[in-house]
Amino acid sequence: MDFIEILSYGFIQRALLAGTLIAVLCSVLGVFLVLRRLSLIGDGLAHVTFGGTAIALSLKLYSASALLVSLPVVLLSSLGILKLTEKARLSGDSAIGIVSALGISAGIILASAGGGYNVDLLSYLFGNILSITSQEVGIAAVLFCVVMLLLSLFFNDLLAIAFDEELARVSGIRTATINAVLVLLTALSVVLAMKLVGIMLISSLLILPAVSALQLARSFKSCVVLAALQGGCSVVAGIFLSFATNLPTSAMIVLLNLAFFGLAFLARRCLQPKSSS
Amino acid sequence: MPDEIVRTERLCCSYRTGRVLEDISISVEAGDYVGIVGPNGSGKSTLVRALMGLSAISDGAASLFGVPCSRFNAWGRIGYLPQSLHLLNPIFPATVAETVGLGLLSLKRFPRRLTAFDRTKVDAILEQLDICDIRSKLIGELSGGQQQRVLLARALVNNPDLLILDEPTAALDPEMRERFYSLMGEINRSRQVTVLLVTHDTGAIGKYASKMLYLDKRMLFYGNFEEFCRSTDMSALFGEYSQHLMCHRH
Repeated sequence: MDFIEILSYGFIQRALLAGTLIAVLCSVLGVFLVLRRLSLIGDGLAHVTFGGTAIALSLKLYSASALLVSLPVVLLSSLGILKLTEKARLSGDSAIGIVSALGISAGIILASAGGGYNVDLLSYLFGNILSITSQEVGIAAVLFCVVMLLLSLFFNDLLAIAFDEELARVSGIRTATINAVLVLLTALSVVLAMKLVGIMLISSLLILPAVSALQLARSFKSCVVLAALQGGCSVVAGIFLSFATNLPTSAMIVLLNLAFFGLAFLARRCLQPKSSS
Repeated sequence: MPDEIVRTERLCCSYRTGRVLEDISISVEAGDYVGIVGPNGSGKSTLVRALMGLSAISDGAASLFGVPCSRFNAWGRIGYLPQSLHLLNPIFPATVAETVGLGLLSLKRFPRRLTAFDRTKVDAILEQLDICDIRSKLIGELSGGQQQRVLLARALVNNPDLLILDEPTAALDPEMRERFYSLMGEINRSRQVTVLLVTHDTGAIGKYASKMLYLDKRMLFYGNFEEFCRSTDMSALFGEYSQHLMCHRH
């Protein structure tokens, strides 16, 4: 079966389109999250997404409807993480841990009360990009445009805060607002990525393209572009490879990202000038 | 009469562990170069952080350019240089030019975009501080002295009226430290920039600063350098010999 034939399938077209959009989003956001040492927020919010999805499935809502039920739950939880760090004097990882535990335990209770783990819930855990619907592609496209617009508007503010939060405050940047924007955009992307790589692997899509780009980037802008390229390419290549090898797409995408990271790491080691000492 | 840039009245700051600053009343005028000195934990950094709203004021009042610090928003008039080595994330992928450009955001409104004209300002300050040759290098790849110059360029690029420097020479060797104080003196004179410089280096800063503020949670001395050298309080604190060494300008 050649590429053209594979591309003629509707489910492949939808997967390629939605997957690339979501991967680019996650990769760009990941650069800011990794630099802010908030990499694991994706993991925490993914666990909350599990809870949100369990709520949706217990209400007999599936696909796009499940996405729309999870969205407010995850958005509120992301703000909860921020509030916990501010008001309860917790570090970011502790706050993420608390919200994450709450999300996963709520999900387990709801799933158990709803008659146990069914196929739908498992598809959210491990992702099933090939089953993405046209409606979900539409939601992904709209949210992609919203998130990218907000990212471009707040780009310099986000960069300044990633560099140093106090210096950003002394530059007149409303750091609390920008932090809220960052976690809300992350929450949106996590909900979108749920169908792509699954709840278990979302954080890899946020972290791996960013850390690979950090190995090679020679400026902040090039770092963002490299991360987006890796995210997009890993999804496209992952879909084709999984189709050809009949292996799970989500795991293939993550493994490709790991391979890209390994290559970037090696390339940096080779390109780095050796110290004279 | 010169403009009053900084004013504090009976300023107090507290952390959960207790009071760290008590009853500080100072007035800094345009063009002053104030060396803020004192032992570790004496509240030097807390004072400058409180002025910028980074530490809470528990009692008293403080103003910048005549505006209470709690309502101050003319951030474009301030350049701030924190302790460089505490700041830098070694993997941060920004170039020197990108880092310095961040200093211009205080002059921008939402959405804060930098223009081609802004880039000429960045180039001009890099040239002035003699670091043009590293403009495309990543900040994490630079030496401590170079990083510190870059952060100084970031603080100066918006052409501030007040420059606040919090232990900027902590990572520098004695020769670089002298050059830094001298550079600050030159900027203070040539651009009429008011400078607040926090340092442990009581002896070295005395050669350049026009005023000295000696803190040890309370204000033990505030006045010009000549008064500092004649102060019997300071003689009692340091001993006459140490005071003589500090005040002996070569």
